[in-house]
Amino acid sequence: MADTVGVEGIKAVKAPRFRELKKGETRKHIINVLVRNELGVLARIATLIAGKGYNIEGLSVGETHEKGLSRMTIEVIGDDIVIDQVVKQLRKLIDTLKVRDLTDVPHVERELVLVKVHAPTSRARDEILRIVEIFRGKVVDVSPETYTIEITGDEDKINAFIELLKPFGIKELARTGKIAMRRELFVEENLQE
Amino acid sequence: MSRKGADIVIETLKKEGVEVIFGLPGGAIMEVYDALYRDGSLLHVLARHEQGAGHMAEGYAKATGKVGVAMTTSGPGATNIVTAIADAYMDSVPIVVITGQVPTHLIGNDAFQEVDIVGITRPITKHNFLVRNIEELPLMIREAFYIAKTGRPGPVLVDIPKDITQQLSDVPIPSEKEVKEALPGYKPHVEGNIQQIKKAAKLIMEAKRPVLYVGGGAVNAEAQEELIQLAEMMRIPVATTTQGKGAFPENHPLSLRMLGMHGTYYANMAVYNADLLIAVGARFDDRVTGKVDEFAPDAKIIHIDIDPASISKNITVDVPIVGDVKIVLGKLIGEIKRKGAKLRYPEDREDWIAQIEKWKKMYPLTYKNSKEVIKPQYVIEQIYEITNGDAIITAGVGQHQMWAAMYYRYSFPRQFLNSGGLGTMGFGLPSAIGAKVGRPDKEVFCIDGDGSFLMTMQEIITAVQYKIPIKVAIVNNAYLGMVRQWQELFYDRRYSEVDLSLQPDFVKLAESMGAVGFRAEKPKEVKEILAEAMKVEDKPVIMDFVVDREENVLPMVPAGKSYRDMILEDGKDADAETMYLVG
Repeated sequence: MADTVGVEGIKAVKAPRFRELKKGETRKHIINVLVRNELGVLARIATLIAGKGYNIEGLSVGETHEKGLSRMTIEVIGDDIVIDQVVKQLRKLIDTLKVRDLTDVPHVERELVLVKVHAPTSRARDEILRIVEIFRGKVVDVSPETYTIEITGDEDKINAFIELLKPFGIKELARTGKIAMRRELFVEENLQE
Repeated sequence: MSRKGADIVIETLKKEGVEVIFGLPGGAIMEVYDALYRDGSLLHVLARHEQGAGHMAEGYAKATGKVGVAMTTSGPGATNIVTAIADAYMDSVPIVVITGQVPTHLIGNDAFQEVDIVGITRPITKHNFLVRNIEELPLMIREAFYIAKTGRPGPVLVDIPKDITQQLSDVPIPSEKEVKEALPGYKPHVEGNIQQIKKAAKLIMEAKRPVLYVGGGAVNAEAQEELIQLAEMMRIPVATTTQGKGAFPENHPLSLRMLGMHGTYYANMAVYNADLLIAVGARFDDRVTGKVDEFAPDAKIIHIDIDPASISKNITVDVPIVGDVKIVLGKLIGEIKRKGAKLRYPEDREDWIAQIEKWKKMYPLTYKNSKEVIKPQYVIEQIYEITNGDAIITAGVGQHQMWAAMYYRYSFPRQFLNSGGLGTMGFGLPSAIGAKVGRPDKEVFCIDGDGSFLMTMQEIITAVQYKIPIKVAIVNNAYLGMVRQWQELFYDRRYSEVDLSLQPDFVKLAESMGAVGFRAEKPKEVKEILAEAMKVEDKPVIMDFVVDREENVLPMVPAGKSYRDMILEDGKDADAETMYLVG
């Protein structure tokens, strides 16, 4: 992999011979879709994925720097071969400009989470602040009984953070869903992120 | 020049070269019907049910290759045409459906005759539009036509709120170039990757037992000439699907006729034993493959298709080629010709052809005729005779459809119009009307079942009104015959709710609508009635052929089974041992 700097496009899922067609691996995929911001485009994409019998695990949508274009990041758990089919069908939609399965491509991913955690005692408040500091989070709202914390990161970091806060009592939690972007340059060692 | 939105609709349709609209008016679409009336230059065929209008547009599109246009009002008008839209989506039929919608300010208010038809048809259209302002109206209609007819064809719906049809605007009709620019995300691949084409050429030249498997994509691409050239040049036998019929002439010595569930023995054996399968504009439907793991088990597969999402969907292929079938086949032939010197086929290939001839002789398509009772197959054969094999045939869905596929031999593309993917009963009669409107030069025969006929029979009156002289042959076994056949074979003859013997008198029914009605109950009457029917030139003819009630469609590969499990005529099981050539 050392010489594959600036990999072009995505690595297509290598489909096995048809005898094994139904035995693709089931795992979480991250699909990046550049769409025209037209009426019903989100419904179109959601309908297509639901039509395959899959649930959208995470979804984030926002406008890009180009007028009228939005980028969606979709997380969906599914069979590799079926997801490959989903990607092809997403490409077929009139309103999609680019569709990429980033799962096997070096990429950066981030998610923003807001957590309202129970913090009635000074001991709890101290401990929570320490955790927030370690995770480079931010307290964005305070009440006598609660902290509301903002944190960004990849999935593992956020899950670890949430696990640490659980003993205090999480009152409310909201996640944006992942956003992801392909890396331009990478070397073997940091393929993981 | 400022004109109403409704006038823009008509103006845009004319710009697209539309000659005929199939439809039914109602409140939300009235302005457009008014514009149609004032314009006076477009033919409108008034269907009696919107589903009929949809199938007429499909029949017109399938018979001519042009985009069919259907128009309905909002609410129930729109929901009634949903089946036809789904049908067109499954069989890649280019139609544009224009629906009226409640005025913009009432959308989402549960207004009278309001339904979210754009939402309902999202998964069954290639694309759809809700027009939100009059400025985008002509562009959206032109985009709809462009999307419907290019790439893999399909249905596109344009939903137009009533207030937009009433507003005034001087918006110009956009040019073709502007339409393309407005669709940056839509660029169908047509050329085919040359490296893949080279690989395919090599495989074709090296194969010992190749088979061409041809679907509706070859018809849509008008690739008959290229197919014949490739098959003849390389001596490759050709099997077609129901949608691919006519893409390769069935009276050609290399034709294997239809493959799949009700395919011929020799087509299925050829595919089963092939070492190379060249799929052309086909999608490996389960009715074709049967048990996927045992479909063409020894074959390498080349798949040529305009739709990248169809490739490796059901079966992983070795050489995928995304492109227009006609263009890719042309390049493939060129490539093979260039390499011609290395060709090693003749002796091996002739063994293969000889083996297929053996299969053809061993189990041809046959049935036992009778002097007492009319056999459905006999009716189809007689229709073939009297039309010299030159008629356009439409069908409903069920046993009669399969008999029409088996016992009529199709020689040109767009000759057999039927509902393959969705399997829509009731498709036959209205699609025959649409086909005859598009191809008045051709005899159009609808071979229908009694069950299918009852689903859209109200359209007889439409054919009478416009003096459309179609012939409808009802293969009447007074059953939902295909379901009964499955109940016989797989449910120990428990005939649950399939008996249709309480039925209208089809002759009187025809006459009551101003059509001509005939009935045949004895085999000798079949020819007489067909001869009489051929004399009628200004109205539809409905022929009621009372046939053997429990005749089965055979051969048959039971659903989900392998070709080796084929049931042949009279319950004979094909001998599995003799079926497999190699291995």
